[in-house]
Amino acid sequence: MIRDALLVAGKDLRLEWRSRVALNQVAPFALLVLVLFAFALDPDRGLLEKATPGLYWVAVLFSGLLALQRSFSIESADGNRDALRLSGLDPAGIFLGKVMAVGLQLLALEVLLGIGVAVLYTTPITGWILLLVTAMVATVAIAAAGTLYGVVAAGLRVRETLLPLLLLPVLAPVLIGSTRAFEAALGGTPSEGWPWVGLMGVIAVLYIVAGVFGFGPLMEES
Amino acid sequence: MIPQTPTEVTGPASTGSRATRVLGLLALVALGVLVLFGLILSPADASQGESVRIMYVHVPSATVAYIGCFLTTLGSIIYLWRKSRWWELVAYAGAEVATLFTVITLVTGMLWGRPTWGVYWVWDARLTSTAMLLLLLLGYLAVRRLPADYEVRAKRAAIVGLLLVPNVMIVRKSVDWWRTLHQKPTLLSNGLDSKIEGLMLFSLFTGFIAISLVFGWLIVHRFRLAWLEEQVESEGLDIAIAERRAEALIGEVAP
Repeated sequence: MIRDALLVAGKDLRLEWRSRVALNQVAPFALLVLVLFAFALDPDRGLLEKATPGLYWVAVLFSGLLALQRSFSIESADGNRDALRLSGLDPAGIFLGKVMAVGLQLLALEVLLGIGVAVLYTTPITGWILLLVTAMVATVAIAAAGTLYGVVAAGLRVRETLLPLLLLPVLAPVLIGSTRAFEAALGGTPSEGWPWVGLMGVIAVLYIVAGVFGFGPLMEES
Repeated sequence: MIPQTPTEVTGPASTGSRATRVLGLLALVALGVLVLFGLILSPADASQGESVRIMYVHVPSATVAYIGCFLTTLGSIIYLWRKSRWWELVAYAGAEVATLFTVITLVTGMLWGRPTWGVYWVWDARLTSTAMLLLLLLGYLAVRRLPADYEVRAKRAAIVGLLLVPNVMIVRKSVDWWRTLHQKPTLLSNGLDSKIEGLMLFSLFTGFIAISLVFGWLIVHRFRLAWLEEQVESEGLDIAIAERRAEALIGEVAP
């Protein structure tokens, strides 16, 4: 299962690296969202700095959606879905591999956005350990839930509109948790952030378990 | 409701039956009694005034909405486990009726909130999690109503339905934490306790009975309708094929 996961993750990441879509479109979009927030909220009144945790995670979710859509659109072309099914790979392995590939892309996006808010919103960065752990756990939760709901929406004409409707309400607790944890870290009270990390950990585990068991039946159908 | 394997399923032939006509009549009578007690016989509340009467619909609606969600998750699990189309339709009916009652809960809650709090909406834990519940239900219905084959729709909707109750619980928990970090949940905590006056308690009780009967009636009818729709869809295909065949034959006879 782990070997299959690494194979699928390697394939997806190689595809992304060679097509440069994540680099040329998703990453600039993420930065664009940061600039749009500055237009929407007056940058001179310190609002941006105060709202940094929330804006940061909303930007991660929106640009992450693009990365997720991409992860499934590469499978829908040329009957790749059938090829993946015929390949004999463990469905749970395929799921975990997709989660890993999406997760790594999300982490790269988060680093980029982190530099973006530090520079553009002049937010002082404190509480490094909590920030890093929050980002890791939230990334696993977003990638796992996103991959599971991504395959629910995959291969349909309405894919682009269906995935956000399904995924964003489900990720609301992750948005709340990661935002509160970041607020705690940046506000100098890290102890308030750790329960949120725990909640996000529960969500991550729930979706990984659901994906490992649910991916097989979802791949079986036409 | 007895779980049935697909082979031995015999569905309803129409949306009405004697039992459900009695159920519908009982629901109507109970609604009449609710109107009588809720609007006329029960007194206005000391602190909430006349708006307390909204609660006789609001609280039971919220309760049956949750029951509908549980039906959806239960039906989805049994569908995935035993491939029972019967249970899949129960899940669908549960989600649709739960959506209706969630909307009723939100609307009545807002109507109650305006005179009581002065605003239609506050970011209270219960309000927020109920709004999220509505969005999750709409997501399920969006998948269930996909323009795709029955098997595709049903299986994907079942995965979403399976996660419905866990998601509702997690959203609930996170929103509770989110709000209690800032403020104590005082607004809606004056619910059921022994201080409620006798006639008001009876009105609320009547509300539970009336809304539960309406809920049951709607679930049964939605299920039967969904069942008949599936029948029409599969039969309609057979009929269409037969018609095209007949046309082709006529075409051969008279070119």
